[in-house]
Amino acid sequence: MFRILEKNDLAAKVYRYIIEAPDVARKAKAGQFVILRLYDDGERIPITLADWNVAKGTITLYVQAIGKTTIMMSMMKAGDVLADVVGPLGIPSHIEKGKTLVALGGGFGIAAIHPIVRAHKLIGNKTISIIGARTKGLMLMENEMRAISDDVRIATDDGSYGTKGFVTTVLKSMLENREPMDVVLAIGPVVMMKAVADLTRSYGVQTLVSLNPIMMDGTGMCGACRVVVGDKLQFACVDGPEFDAHQVDFELLMARQKMYSPQEKISLELFNKICATQEQRETAVW
Amino acid sequence: MNTDIQISVKPKISNKERMKIPRHPMPEQSPLERAHNFFEVPLGYTPEMAMEEAERCLLCKKAKCVEGCPVNVQIPQFIEQVAAGNFARAAQLLKQTNALPAVCGRVCPQEDQCESLCVIGAKVDPVAVGRLERFVADWERANGEMAIPEIPPPTGKKIAIIGAGPAGLTCAGDLAKCGHSVTIFEALHKPGGVLVYGIPEFRLPKQIVEAEVQYLEKLGVQIKCDFVVGMTRTIDEMMNEDGFDAAFIGTGAGLPYFMKLPGENLNGVYSANEFLTRVNLMKGFEFPNSADTPVPMAKHVVVVGGGNTAMDAARTALRLPWTEKVYIVYRRSHVEMPARKEEIHHGEQEGIEFLLLTNPTRFLGKDGWLNGVECQRMELGEPDASGRRKPVPIPGSEFTLEAEAVVIAVGNGSNPLINKTTPGLSVTKYGNIVADESGKTSREGVWAGGDIVIGAATVIKAMGAGKTAAKAIDEYVMRKG
Repeated sequence: MFRILEKNDLAAKVYRYIIEAPDVARKAKAGQFVILRLYDDGERIPITLADWNVAKGTITLYVQAIGKTTIMMSMMKAGDVLADVVGPLGIPSHIEKGKTLVALGGGFGIAAIHPIVRAHKLIGNKTISIIGARTKGLMLMENEMRAISDDVRIATDDGSYGTKGFVTTVLKSMLENREPMDVVLAIGPVVMMKAVADLTRSYGVQTLVSLNPIMMDGTGMCGACRVVVGDKLQFACVDGPEFDAHQVDFELLMARQKMYSPQEKISLELFNKICATQEQRETAVW
Repeated sequence: MNTDIQISVKPKISNKERMKIPRHPMPEQSPLERAHNFFEVPLGYTPEMAMEEAERCLLCKKAKCVEGCPVNVQIPQFIEQVAAGNFARAAQLLKQTNALPAVCGRVCPQEDQCESLCVIGAKVDPVAVGRLERFVADWERANGEMAIPEIPPPTGKKIAIIGAGPAGLTCAGDLAKCGHSVTIFEALHKPGGVLVYGIPEFRLPKQIVEAEVQYLEKLGVQIKCDFVVGMTRTIDEMMNEDGFDAAFIGTGAGLPYFMKLPGENLNGVYSANEFLTRVNLMKGFEFPNSADTPVPMAKHVVVVGGGNTAMDAARTALRLPWTEKVYIVYRRSHVEMPARKEEIHHGEQEGIEFLLLTNPTRFLGKDGWLNGVECQRMELGEPDASGRRKPVPIPGSEFTLEAEAVVIAVGNGSNPLINKTTPGLSVTKYGNIVADESGKTSREGVWAGGDIVIGAATVIKAMGAGKTAAKAIDEYVMRKG
């Protein structure tokens, strides 16, 4: 039973869920993800593991409510049960001792860098986290990131908190100032990951990104998540999701993410039509 | 409940007379009608048709047909019961060796197996073994309780089955019947493997797979879905920590091959696995109403390949309400097509256009979206390694097909998840698990069978492998004490 034990409404339609999934929690490693399904005939969606607790048998997920499935998930409450949670999937993040890590999380990508930064911290690596949001009130996980980072740098689009600009603005000045770093990790929207890759390339800093293409089974069976990395066709679900940012074909990834955009729109419009009021939404049958 | 038709007096007829009875055709939905729905194409025999067809069997003492069956169904024995109207008894006999008769009656290539060896087949059409098998299984499902065989007292042995496809389901059923505690671990959210994600509803209704899975559960088999062995738990952990005495790997051939052609990553180019899984397992044909998983909404669909998967993909695409034209592009000619003749015939009837001796050379697109396929005509040259004549391109024969979706159905490799996470498991250079005749692998207590061992093949061959392994596993765990 994949029961939601806790649900918190954070900012910018981002929700945090603590879900009972002992089999997943027991094996979870930083950088891995799960695939979940809300109800029968629902779609399978991949979500990166933000945290887990082996003793309690729980996992923590951050989900932004943007499509039909994620909106419906945002209407579920503590005590509700998901039809399926499968994982952990994907190859765990590559973590080497004796490195200084700079991790960039854009928006709810912060949830995805969280376990990786912690894993670096746990083996004694120096960790610098750069986290960003549109505005101060929408900043996610600042306290959680402070707890596992030697240094946290902040960027907001409107300058209401920390540096005005993007997380890449902060990284750029760090690179220009020749601040020591061995590995850069960036997780967030594709444009952000691409910008990071472009920045670090000329400085020759090893850079890792965790890719988020469309997936279905998550076990290498369908090939929907295929990405090109250094001229090699890779399946993000079993060969990744973490790849060398300097080798990734981001244009292809961006195009392929739009594969079902027309259908996603149809689905959401139909949903909004059927569940026009909040009340209808709350009584929707899973 | 016994609703068998009782025949009181039945005159014995001679073999000569039996052979005069024509093979009963299978009633089918008309091509025009079925090309627009997902209901099953063949409708099944009525009891009268089945009894009449069963009369054609000579009940050979030394039955050749049984040798052609990978699970050795006692064919003359069950057909004899059908002829007599004892359908419940026929079902019992079938189930002795075949855990999934309603599935096999539909998807087995009988024309290459039992029916190809039928004695009367030399002179007239062979007995319709497959149709009779289907009839008996359907009759049993529709007419009350499925008979549950008596199960010996628990042996206390725990066996893990990895993958709930045809090989795993068969192996699990046979081991449960020996009194062992059997758990199937399935990566997807529903058991059935290729029977639910690959083979479409109109060829194998999912309700039938569900019924066969329920039968296994009644035998005491536990099924754990959403469990990816290799990730959620490794085989080592299952054997060393979770107390399993043996394991059977039946994970199939689930890694899609692509063609390495320009434009293959354009939006609109799908592996057959992705396309079929979206429509079958995820019920994409009901999108956006009762199912949430989107499917390609293309007017023109090109399917590349000539096997059963290609036929399934093409006929599935045709049934989607927005699709107007479906092509099969296959590089060899009609006779080399690996698909079952029946499937090719059904596809032709439904209006799929077959472009044979044709091969795609590149996929064309605009702004990241597919809008056409460039193809090239081929001719047959000298025989290649497979013994089939090798297709050779005809220079200058390129032409373009308009298409918003392409489905690549040129085969599958083996999934690497278990190989990578199971030290000491020998695999071939293609990633297939090395196993002996009984399915025994290089790892103590671990067996494997089906497509993961022999490469992409048929449902019944996988079932045969599951059956053979079950026997060996039973002997192993009982010997181990």
